[in-house]
Amino acid sequence: MSWRVDWQASVGLLGTGLKYLAVTMFVPLFVAVVYMEDIWVFALSIVLVLALGLVLERVDPDPDIGPREALVFVSLAWFTAALVGTIPYLLAGFGTSSTLVDPVNALFESMSGFTTTGATVMGQISLEQHSHALLIWRQLTQWLGGMGIIVLMIAILPEVAVNGAQLMASEAPGPELQKLTPKIAETARVLWLIYFGFTIAYIVVMYGLHLAGFAPNMNLYNAVAHGFTTLPTGGFSPQAESIAYFSAAVQWAAIPFLVVAGVNFALFWHVLKGEFDVMLENAEFRAYTGAIAVTTAVLSLLLVRGAAPPLDIGGVTGGVTENTFRQAAFQIASLLNSTGYATSDFAQWDTHAQVFLLFVMFIGGSAGSTGGGVKVVRWLVVFKTIRRELYTTAHPDVVKPVRLSGSVVDEDAVRGIAAFTLLYILLFGFSAVFISLDTARIGIELSTLEAVSASLATIGNIGPGFGRLGPFGNYLFFSDASKLLMVFLMWVGRLEIVPVLAVFISALDSD
Amino acid sequence: MRVVIVGAGEVGSTVAASLADDHEVVVIDLDSDRVDTLTYSLDVLAVEGDGSSLQTLREAGIVDADLLIACTDDDETNIVSCGTAKTISDAFTIARVRNTKFLDTWNQSEGALGIDLMVGTNLLAAQSIVRVIGLPGAEDVDYFADGLIQMAEFRVTDETPITGMSVAEADTFDSLTFAAILRDEEVVIPTGDTCLRDGDDVVVIGSPESVSGFARTIEPEVDDISDVLILGGDEIGFEVAGLLSERGIPNRLVEPDPERARYLAETLPETTVLENDPTDQEFLLRERIDEVDVAIATLGSDERNLLSALLSKRLGAGRSIAVVEDGDYSDLFEAVGVDIAVNPREAIAEEITRFTREQHAENVAIIEDDRAEVLEVEVGADSVLVGRPIRESIKELPDGVVIGAIARDGTYVIPRGDTIIEENDHIVVFAAQEIVEETLEAI
Repeated sequence: MSWRVDWQASVGLLGTGLKYLAVTMFVPLFVAVVYMEDIWVFALSIVLVLALGLVLERVDPDPDIGPREALVFVSLAWFTAALVGTIPYLLAGFGTSSTLVDPVNALFESMSGFTTTGATVMGQISLEQHSHALLIWRQLTQWLGGMGIIVLMIAILPEVAVNGAQLMASEAPGPELQKLTPKIAETARVLWLIYFGFTIAYIVVMYGLHLAGFAPNMNLYNAVAHGFTTLPTGGFSPQAESIAYFSAAVQWAAIPFLVVAGVNFALFWHVLKGEFDVMLENAEFRAYTGAIAVTTAVLSLLLVRGAAPPLDIGGVTGGVTENTFRQAAFQIASLLNSTGYATSDFAQWDTHAQVFLLFVMFIGGSAGSTGGGVKVVRWLVVFKTIRRELYTTAHPDVVKPVRLSGSVVDEDAVRGIAAFTLLYILLFGFSAVFISLDTARIGIELSTLEAVSASLATIGNIGPGFGRLGPFGNYLFFSDASKLLMVFLMWVGRLEIVPVLAVFISALDSD
Repeated sequence: MRVVIVGAGEVGSTVAASLADDHEVVVIDLDSDRVDTLTYSLDVLAVEGDGSSLQTLREAGIVDADLLIACTDDDETNIVSCGTAKTISDAFTIARVRNTKFLDTWNQSEGALGIDLMVGTNLLAAQSIVRVIGLPGAEDVDYFADGLIQMAEFRVTDETPITGMSVAEADTFDSLTFAAILRDEEVVIPTGDTCLRDGDDVVVIGSPESVSGFARTIEPEVDDISDVLILGGDEIGFEVAGLLSERGIPNRLVEPDPERARYLAETLPETTVLENDPTDQEFLLRERIDEVDVAIATLGSDERNLLSALLSKRLGAGRSIAVVEDGDYSDLFEAVGVDIAVNPREAIAEEITRFTREQHAENVAIIEDDRAEVLEVEVGADSVLVGRPIRESIKELPDGVVIGAIARDGTYVIPRGDTIIEENDHIVVFAAQEIVEETLEAI
């Protein structure tokens, strides 16, 4: 079977996408002007990206996107976004000691941003070394990547809307595309507006806490910066100490937003229409919130028993205190759906507590949320399928469909989900081995937990891992080979593996 | 009354036959042979044509008709016939449908689609099966006066404890009336001295508690129903499974066709669907057919139903129920060992008959192939029954009428000789077929 795909169409549309990506750079440019730092960096970046976009657009000014072109385009778009996202890092770092001057590092940081992973290779996160504008660009990449750059394109570009469903299906997290309205562009707009609304609400709450005196460090810059990274389950922070830098009030206030970020945004649309029961009866929503409640309770218990000894950041004295519950609730809300913010240096917790957190990272957010990972809905289907297999082994004649929220899951979807989950785990396992071997090659000893967490944190778009990859550590010490593998993992993780691999496999098949 | 019947299939012919004596009946059918047959066999006017066309309906005199009964095998034709008739006539329209989805639509807004009464064949059959399942040992069950009064028919055999007793001895329940005994071809109105014999069918009317109490004296060893196996997933089987699940009765359904089995499993979340041949002995034994309380054969063909019902009974099922499409076979089914044969058309006929008696009867149950009826009647001010003890007023009614129970303002009243019937009472009476019309007129 030959792989006939209209590359020109995909590339042409990519040009249009880049053109608009250049427009988003006006946000950091504005910040640059306000703080009078790095203005030329962003001015030049805009020109470069815009030029590239216009050139690519001319490859096919009237692209016709079919299902295959959609796969190619979506895969390419995310990679290219990460690629051009490096331009500000490289320009700003030129001639400084910034670790982002290295192209591989810049690509890693940019991919980590767009895929809302939150893993960093910045040697030093501080406003002394980097401009406000550069750090806001880093935050902004996560906000753009959260609801999805493709969904945004569908929402605002009429020329994409026609074939939008195919594009959106390739990008949106979760096994199925949910159309909320007859027109896909309208659906995309609804989702982006809800996302936008929550972001604004978050910024207002955070800055409000600052104005009310509960959050001395949460100035407007920080409120906006964190608004850009909380709802997309990103996890980047312009502060080296992440959310631990802020008061307990900020941490408590962030928890509900972290939880919201992992909920299927389509459910909020139903809530807005007054259909609360749609949300309350949704099996995935119930499983997601249930998982948060149970794992928070377990982690609280571990912390009460002293799993997090007095640490420099976010240590917990054993016993029941406000601090215990806050640390437990925050870490769970942040790690379960792949955000990656931290209020405690959990890389220094007891091993059993760390292993528990690793388990929590496997869960992921809901389909249709900004969260990464395998996704709650897939686990539900996988567990129900396993239960069915065990049941039908004992009762071979029984016909038993897999059900979610009362409705039957199509057998093709069941198969697809099982295949995805297996592929995810395989990829995660092989990568952990590769990273471990590759790191040993350059003479650095990596613990099992570190190697496993490096693989999981990147493919799951989580960000922090354990040990040196902890919430206050970084990924700088890895070799270029490992970093490039992780760039790949973040990329396929965000697009849920299938589009990228489908393009690769099909391209290999063609002869 | 002028009645137009669309469709001269089994249902149409049966309904036509039961109405032909007292009413002016016109039957429409597409098939010329059927039309010919009807013309000579029944005292009705048979018209050849399409009942959903305005012209044919006009020909059949729909403009002056009081009632239109659309009972072809095709749901859509029946619905359209009613709707078409409504455009030029005020006739009361009855449509027979198999598919429950139409019934759901119609229940949302009665009178929708131009239909005054929609009769869901499959649902009615399923309902009568489920009613029978709920009462151990019963062959037929019906409710009256919003469930306050229950009618049931039981078979007395060698094994039943009351065989050989007199009615006075067997009747240990306050609020229970022995309305009739169906013995061979005869309808016997029992007195206290009448003896119960092997092979009798006893019709009792009473409060649901006393009827189920009586059921326990007949079948003392039967426990609550906790395992029902439905053999075959045709529309009736599907409805039965749904109704049982609604009542919280665990049930399993066997369907041989993989696609249909898949569909059933998807639409019936509470039912365990098994994909296998319901006549496969090994499979039935593996599924512990001997521990099943009731096996119901709904395979869509009389032969297969008979086979699977007999097979399951032989393999140890507590009771077997089979759907029989051809009413003539009902007796045969029961004679060779099927406990209960349910005829869907009987259920439709009951429902349609209820409406032809609309002026008088609130509810009707047809006993044993139209041999007798149990009727619920609201007593009007000018009735011969009002204000007098039953002992006196009963003399004005034809011989063989039994007043089985009385419902007054939502309470149950036991009819005795000195009970005085009041206006607006609902009485449930038993009457042999020949005297039904006479009885209704007298009341």
